[in-house]
Amino acid sequence: MTDTQERQDKPTEPLSHVVVRFAGDSGDGMQLTGDRFTSVSALFGNDLSTFPDYPAEIRAPAGTVNGVSSFQVHISDHDITTPGDAPNVLVAMNPAALKADLHRLEQGGLLIINSDAFEARDLEKAGYDHNPLDDPDELKNYRVVLVPMTSITKAATESLGVKPRDAERSKNFFALGLVSWLYSRPIEPTVQWIEGRFKDLVKESNLAALKAGFNFGETSELFDHPYEVKPAQLPPGEYTNITGNVALAWGLVAAGQQAKLPVFLGSYPITPASDILHELSKHKHFGVRTLQAEDEIAAAGMALGAAFAGHLGITTTSGPGVALKSETTSLAVSLELPFVLVDVQRGGPSTGMPTKTEAADLNIAMFGRHGEAPLPIVAAYSPANCFDAAIEACRIALKYRTPVILLSDGYLANGSEPWLLPDPDSLPDISVQFQTERNHVNEDGSEEYWPFVRDPDTLARPWAIPGTPGLAHRVGGIEKEDGRGDISYAPANHSKMVHLRQAKVDRIAADIPPATVMGDDDAEVVLLGWGSTWAAIDAAVQRTRRAGTKVAWIHLTHLNPLPPNLGDLLGRFRHVLVPELNMGQLCRLVRAEYLVDAKAITKVQGLPFTSAELEAAIQEVLK
Amino acid sequence: MTDTAVQLTTKKDWVSDQEVRWCPGCGDYGIMHAVQALMPELGMTPDNTVFVSGIGCSSRFPYYMNTYGMHSIHGRAPAVATGIAVARPDLDVWVVTGDGDALSIGGNHLIHALRRNVNLTILLFNNRIYGLTKGQYSPTSEEGKVTKSTPFGSIDHPFNPLSVALGAEASFVARTHDLDRKHMMNVFRAAHTHKGASFVEIYQNCNVFNDAAFDGVTGKHAREEMMIDLVHGQPIRFGPEQSKGVVMGTDGQLRIVEVAEVGDANLLVHDAHRADPGLAFALARLSHDDHSPTPFGIFRDVQRGDYGTLVAEQMLQASQKKGAGDLSALLRSNGTWTVG
Repeated sequence: MTDTQERQDKPTEPLSHVVVRFAGDSGDGMQLTGDRFTSVSALFGNDLSTFPDYPAEIRAPAGTVNGVSSFQVHISDHDITTPGDAPNVLVAMNPAALKADLHRLEQGGLLIINSDAFEARDLEKAGYDHNPLDDPDELKNYRVVLVPMTSITKAATESLGVKPRDAERSKNFFALGLVSWLYSRPIEPTVQWIEGRFKDLVKESNLAALKAGFNFGETSELFDHPYEVKPAQLPPGEYTNITGNVALAWGLVAAGQQAKLPVFLGSYPITPASDILHELSKHKHFGVRTLQAEDEIAAAGMALGAAFAGHLGITTTSGPGVALKSETTSLAVSLELPFVLVDVQRGGPSTGMPTKTEAADLNIAMFGRHGEAPLPIVAAYSPANCFDAAIEACRIALKYRTPVILLSDGYLANGSEPWLLPDPDSLPDISVQFQTERNHVNEDGSEEYWPFVRDPDTLARPWAIPGTPGLAHRVGGIEKEDGRGDISYAPANHSKMVHLRQAKVDRIAADIPPATVMGDDDAEVVLLGWGSTWAAIDAAVQRTRRAGTKVAWIHLTHLNPLPPNLGDLLGRFRHVLVPELNMGQLCRLVRAEYLVDAKAITKVQGLPFTSAELEAAIQEVLK
Repeated sequence: MTDTAVQLTTKKDWVSDQEVRWCPGCGDYGIMHAVQALMPELGMTPDNTVFVSGIGCSSRFPYYMNTYGMHSIHGRAPAVATGIAVARPDLDVWVVTGDGDALSIGGNHLIHALRRNVNLTILLFNNRIYGLTKGQYSPTSEEGKVTKSTPFGSIDHPFNPLSVALGAEASFVARTHDLDRKHMMNVFRAAHTHKGASFVEIYQNCNVFNDAAFDGVTGKHAREEMMIDLVHGQPIRFGPEQSKGVVMGTDGQLRIVEVAEVGDANLLVHDAHRADPGLAFALARLSHDDHSPTPFGIFRDVQRGDYGTLVAEQMLQASQKKGAGDLSALLRSNGTWTVG
């Protein structure tokens, strides 16, 4: 099939961007459908941003609203950062998907419905007491296209010998084919992908469904014409589409290369961090060891043990796992060893909402240890930025011999965007020198190794790894005498050590990029963001400025220590707004630190901000 | 350094400059001296040896060894040591722990280190009491024990440490006691020689909070009647003039018998290398209380792949198959497109 020729029958209408949301049952393959549409759009050259939204249950009761799995993708011919506020198109595979997601669709938006899935039993499972397709009022604000997807898929696969029940499983490819036609996506990459991924009758069935969907768009009279979203004018270079978790994993691989150290990951499976473990476990040939531990505590302990032994020790987790790693992180503070704790934040407390995003772990990252236990915190702001943030977290950990917490979140972890590939040669050298010589001379001229003698600039202690001749030494969680490192309960020494550990973290402020003001320097209001709110803030700032209102924006990549110029910058603005997916954790920090009258914009729904919400908040404060 | 392949060390090379701070009369001293006396024999150096501990009296051990060491977190020593041993299979890694540390707060880490067969020599100092926190009952304290936290007697059923280890698929399981340096050294030597996780329970006296806990078995007056020395390949005999022995009944139960009554040929022959852990388990359960005959020595010593070696093999295979890691290729592995 050569789609370009057939398409000439119906001229295409150009669009600058479109937001499509695929919604269906957990078993309907919506994540896969969305992912394929995204990949094809990426190859086509669009800028894009995605937002998978799925239940925590592997198979929630079929057909229920709880079991709805959605994938939203925003494709554009220009630079975008968010997966879009309201979808322009909703593909609803069943009544539950319609019920769960209809409210998101823009007024006048295109609603494509699998009309075969609206039998009495389907409606009942979704909690409808009537058929919304029969109600003239219910869907009147949308452009509704009813497509009997299940029966057409069955018909298209019947001649192949596919049983009707099996054919039904291919209906997501019908939907993909239809939407591909509608937005002038080539289907060849998906055909190739299906041929590589599936075998035998399943492959044939999926291919037939995909083509049937594409042809249905072309031949049916339901759509006037297809649309086209032209490739975006992105900076020249080579791109890949990347999720935050993969970018973070690759960043850790790169950090090991740039540090010239083997990477050791101790991890315990937990949503949404597990994909980092999965990804890293593939890359043993980079010298990456991954160990799936018996629990979160052991995972952290193994990573810290590996760090003592001279590896780049990393542990990854989310939610309750962060709490379980607290005691090991405290030991890492006390031992002053490099150690990176990656927290892919999710809705909490407790199990909370494992598959929904939130950024409410800033407090535990800052304060969630016993005793005075400061540590640096780095936060990634976009899926691709997870790569750089991982390298930065490792850089700080290695240079300052300290645990570092790297914050990502569920939205970054599973969301994706095009990434202009960096030149590996341009990545920073973060290598460190192990201690190989004794570093203290006694009065009698004899030499010893003292594990807590500090570098005068960084206050970092030496890192002498087991196997190094003559440097055998003991470390432990008991307070140590500065310099010599022996056990010490001396009051003055403890005070000195507490202050030294704090000073070491404080000094990192001089070794991170200063905060910069984006947008209008002379605005009345500045937004102070961190983490994944970057996308929504970026869109809100652009919209606000286009509407003629001045607004400034500072985005933090380092949350402890804060950039040294931040207090001065915030002081220049009449209003400081801090949008956060929590109850105002950064806001409280900057109020305490700088005595500024910052105001939090909070959202704790397990969802990212929409740019409209932030735009409204900006307008509100300027009233 | 000498240029011989095996570095020659003496006991004093293994003794750190730290003042030992256990209570006078503590059983820990005897264990420490046995370990320090053994180390020169093992052909290792203090530089490639690591002692890891958790929290508790026994866990101060690493400070007294002139090796690399980490006094880590309560219960977590097997996890920390796993990280060290897997990262660096070239190192000789020892874990020193106690009954509270290993079997209560750290039970999970212990069983998984044993299951994975990480190349560790684990010494569990069992004194059946919490010493460092000044005398609460432990997971090996006997039922009815009156302690600060059990004024009416403990109602907790205790663990048998060897049963736990055997149940956790341990490939080397042994028991010794703090009063017999030679026996300790023999057991520790065998534990160190074993490739994989070695688990040694040491009856250790806490003379302050649980004095004479093992007197009914290891006390001078009781030893001859109560201690059964397990020797691989030998009939299990003990008692005055080796007059007693162990037989397995037709019901599978082990029984203590008079050798004269059953005959030498009917005694159970100890087999530490048997793949099935059933015999070792039965021997571990032979003693029911503090005043019944108790086996000592090596219960089980079988070979199976050790974790560090298995990890290293997978790493090597991956490198041979894929070549050295190429970051540029990794970044392009999910498909790319070019703009401009």
